Amino acid sequence: MSSIQKARPLSPHLQIYSPQLTSMLSVIHRGTGVFLSFGSVAIVIWLGALAQGPDAYVQFQSLLAHPLSKLVLLGWCFSLCYHLCNGIRHLFWDVGAGLELSQVYRSGVVMLVTSFALTAAIVFFAVQKTGGLL
Amino acid sequence: MAEFSLPKNSKIKPGKHFPAPEGASNVKTFKVYRWSPDDDQNPHTDTYDIDMDDCGPMVLDALIKIKNEVDPSLTFRRSCREGICGSCAMNIDGTNTLACTKPVEECGTRDVKVYPLPHMSVIKDLVPDMTHFYAQYASVEPWLKTKTPVSQSAERLQSKEEREQLDGLYECILCACCSTSCPSYWWNSDKYLGPAILLQSYRWLADSRDEATGERLDQLEDPFKLYRCHTIMNCTNTCPKGLNPGKAISEIKKLIAERSM
Repeated sequence: MSSIQKARPLSPHLQIYSPQLTSMLSVIHRGTGVFLSFGSVAIVIWLGALAQGPDAYVQFQSLLAHPLSKLVLLGWCFSLCYHLCNGIRHLFWDVGAGLELSQVYRSGVVMLVTSFALTAAIVFFAVQKTGGLL
Repeated sequence: MAEFSLPKNSKIKPGKHFPAPEGASNVKTFKVYRWSPDDDQNPHTDTYDIDMDDCGPMVLDALIKIKNEVDPSLTFRRSCREGICGSCAMNIDGTNTLACTKPVEECGTRDVKVYPLPHMSVIKDLVPDMTHFYAQYASVEPWLKTKTPVSQSAERLQSKEEREQLDGLYECILCACCSTSCPSYWWNSDKYLGPAILLQSYRWLADSRDEATGERLDQLEDPFKLYRCHTIMNCTNTCPKGLNPGKAISEIKKLIAERSM
């Protein structure tokens, strides 16, 4: 018998575990949080451009007018809505409410629908204000 | 930083195929994770076609049939075959559960995939190394701790209501399905205690006869041991006994918050 123990493998985890609503909503919460932290930098740059004067502001605004920027803005908009709604869900959990599995699933669906609806509402008002998406 | 991919020696390769006997009409295919310390191969999945007309209803029945009739080298833990010992905990059809209480019929229409409990060190095939898990269990000192002297004439009494506080906690069989379903435990099991051990810990915090609540909470109040729980709830979703470790963890967090107010 060999006296050296062979290195044991690590059993598969992410690779094989079925996606659950529970874990997926949690992953998206983390993802939107990270994405929003980049968004906060963008807000600072926007404020910086505002403070620098009209020329810098116009330059930054024209950058934001690009369709790709609008897509990123839409992403931030959804991320904010999602993170807010799921954050409220977390507050309920923090006081020990809504932790039965059926409640977790129900609040998950309600939270998803609400964050999509909020995003749609914001886009709707933005379009109304500016008179067009692009 | 969490390591999302498998190390080189853990990557899974395709394995052998064992066809069903001739004339079998009700065939179900099982893809089972295999790894042996006795050769230099990577883990692989062997495929077994089983005639379900000649097999018991549970996934454990199929595994035992494979071991008895097809491939005696297949290694797994099992004992009670009725969901009370927790030995046959494994990942079946994508979620963790007990092979003995999981009907093959509930495994969906495709092949039944059987892996060991996720993100564990594998001893052989479906047998993970539970040493660290049990050491974590021991670390919460899972026994009744008292300071008041023991009465010689009476037991430590508990009202019906106090006893009810332990329902949903004492039923835990420490099968580790929940802990090994938890992504936080996957990435931080060196320091995070995981849902099973925290539920066990709460079992003693919730016990009216236990007099060590303060010390127990002191021990848990730590950025990693308790607070790596982010209420993902995979634990509760997968518990084969229908318990709610996520809620138990939340109760511990509440106890710590309440005592500091």
